[in-house]
Amino acid sequence: MPSGPTPIIDLSQVTKIYGHGEGEVRALRGIDLRINAGEFVAVMGPSGSGKSTCMNILGCLDTPSGGAYKFLGVPVGNMNADQRALLRRNYLGFVFQGFNLLSRTTALENVELPLVYRHVPKEERRALAHKALQEVGLGGRETHVPSQLSGGQQQRVAIARAIVTQPQVLFADEPTGNLDTATSVEIMKLLTSLNEQRGITIAMVTHEPDIAGWTRRIVRFRDGHIESDQANEPVREH
Amino acid sequence: MFGNAIILALREIRRNVLRSTLTILGIVIGVGAVITMVTIGEGATAQVQADIQKLGSNLLQVFRGQGFGGGGGSRQAAPPFSMDDVEAIKNEITGVRTAAPTIGNGAQAIYGNSNWATQVQGTDDQYISVRDWPLANGRNFSESELRAGAAVCILGATVQRELFGAEDPIGTSIRLGKLSCQVIGTLSSKGQSGFGQDQDDLVVVPIRTMQRRIVGNSDVSSIMVSARDGVSTEKVQADIESLMRERRKIRPGADPDFNVRDLKEISSAMTQTTRVLTTLLAAVAAVSLLVGGVGIMNIMLVSVTERTREIGTRLAVGAMARDVLLQFLIEAVTLAAFGGIIGIALGLTAGALATNAFNVPFVLNMGIVMLSFGFSAAVGIIFGYFPARRAAQLDPIEALRHE
Repeated sequence: MPSGPTPIIDLSQVTKIYGHGEGEVRALRGIDLRINAGEFVAVMGPSGSGKSTCMNILGCLDTPSGGAYKFLGVPVGNMNADQRALLRRNYLGFVFQGFNLLSRTTALENVELPLVYRHVPKEERRALAHKALQEVGLGGRETHVPSQLSGGQQQRVAIARAIVTQPQVLFADEPTGNLDTATSVEIMKLLTSLNEQRGITIAMVTHEPDIAGWTRRIVRFRDGHIESDQANEPVREH
Repeated sequence: MFGNAIILALREIRRNVLRSTLTILGIVIGVGAVITMVTIGEGATAQVQADIQKLGSNLLQVFRGQGFGGGGGSRQAAPPFSMDDVEAIKNEITGVRTAAPTIGNGAQAIYGNSNWATQVQGTDDQYISVRDWPLANGRNFSESELRAGAAVCILGATVQRELFGAEDPIGTSIRLGKLSCQVIGTLSSKGQSGFGQDQDDLVVVPIRTMQRRIVGNSDVSSIMVSARDGVSTEKVQADIESLMRERRKIRPGADPDFNVRDLKEISSAMTQTTRVLTTLLAAVAAVSLLVGGVGIMNIMLVSVTERTREIGTRLAVGAMARDVLLQFLIEAVTLAAFGGIIGIALGLTAGALATNAFNVPFVLNMGIVMLSFGFSAAVGIIFGYFPARRAAQLDPIEALRHE
């Protein structure tokens, strides 16, 4: 896929409205946002500012009410559910605040899951999942189920699951929201290395300035608008 | 795509051992109970129908007294029948194939060291024909033995087994109370009657022998009549009634002091009763089916929240709605099929054991097997599949946020 002049993500005048009539909530009131290949972007803002809504639209988990969203130059707005699923399958990876691992399922099987939907043959699937788990520092934990892993370890499994498909963009929604400070630092180091070593574009929602400080661009949301969008000199060590 | 869905579905079943087991159990209980109950009921019905065949073809019986039940007192008071009555029935009613007099009396049968309390039946050479009861060995009574009241007897299969075991009884002498008599034949086995009594537990002697040497009078206590094939037993019954009224000088309009029973009537009443019983058992079984179904529903609905979030996760990592649906459908079908097969196997086994224990034939009713399986499978599939379908049609983010 071409990068360079074409941004990976291109939102123009995107709106999102929940509900109808009196109870209508305008979560996004016309967002313009471009994210280029290789960026590491933090999306910040108070609760209800629209940052998560924006992220869900970017990740094709939710559909915009208005405006245009182009992914790699292709309009996403008129895609149906299956086409959006294919987009997620082939280009996107997700990390959630609540980890969202399948319970009672081993780390290896959790990481394999996106590959199953990509119809990767069993042997190759195993090998790729092993490699991804090693990359996030969980080699040797393949047969553990989520309840046997700490929060930080579970989030690493989730990251391994997100990167096992070599996605163009990794979306992280409050990835450190359920973790203590030391573990959060570990996770941020991992994301930074994935961005710098593997060149994976990362968009991350957070409300913690410390966490946002690891990125190289910070977009601030307020009341459904982008309040500011500025470059950031990332911290290296804590 | 199909292969993947199967992998994921089987993984899901293995992962949720408890949920899978409970679902299977619900189906097993439903299917198993219905099949067991219906098998027992149908076995009983088949038994009763077989008993009708065993009673002999077109059998009627003439008793003293009135009707069944309330007739106990009047039966004793009513005058007995005579051999002339038997001849009259045989000769004067065209629909009658043959008739035999009977007198029953309990007696102790003794041979060597063996001793067996049994029923002695005094009758004539027509008895085995009336009751459609072939001899296993030996011969029937001869004219001269009947006329003379000879000390000869024919053994029922139970008496033969109890007194002689494997030994050949023909030609030997047994004692019936004080009477010593020679065994000239043995009857084939008829088994239990529909009333649960062993029909083979009897010794047959000539009626005159019975009258003179055992009971000490010349009475005939009842007459067994066999109608000709193709003649309606109702017609024969009416003819016997009018003949006997005439012979016993009962005024028109007065209650008779005898009654003629068509054994088929009794049997069909019993068949009817058994059918009602079968229906009742089926109703009880239907309740188990329903309870099993509600159990499945419960388990499936309780897990909807967990499953909805899981479906959200699957959609987020790139599953299409139809991938998820196929997986859940295969899961539901696998569980239903598994439960159904175990249920059928268990139900048929329990049915076979029960029919064996109750001594009734084992009847396989494929209709009920399919029906109960279909119902349970439908419950399992509907409640496993439809919540999943609803979840798969949500936007992934809604499924992920499901509380």
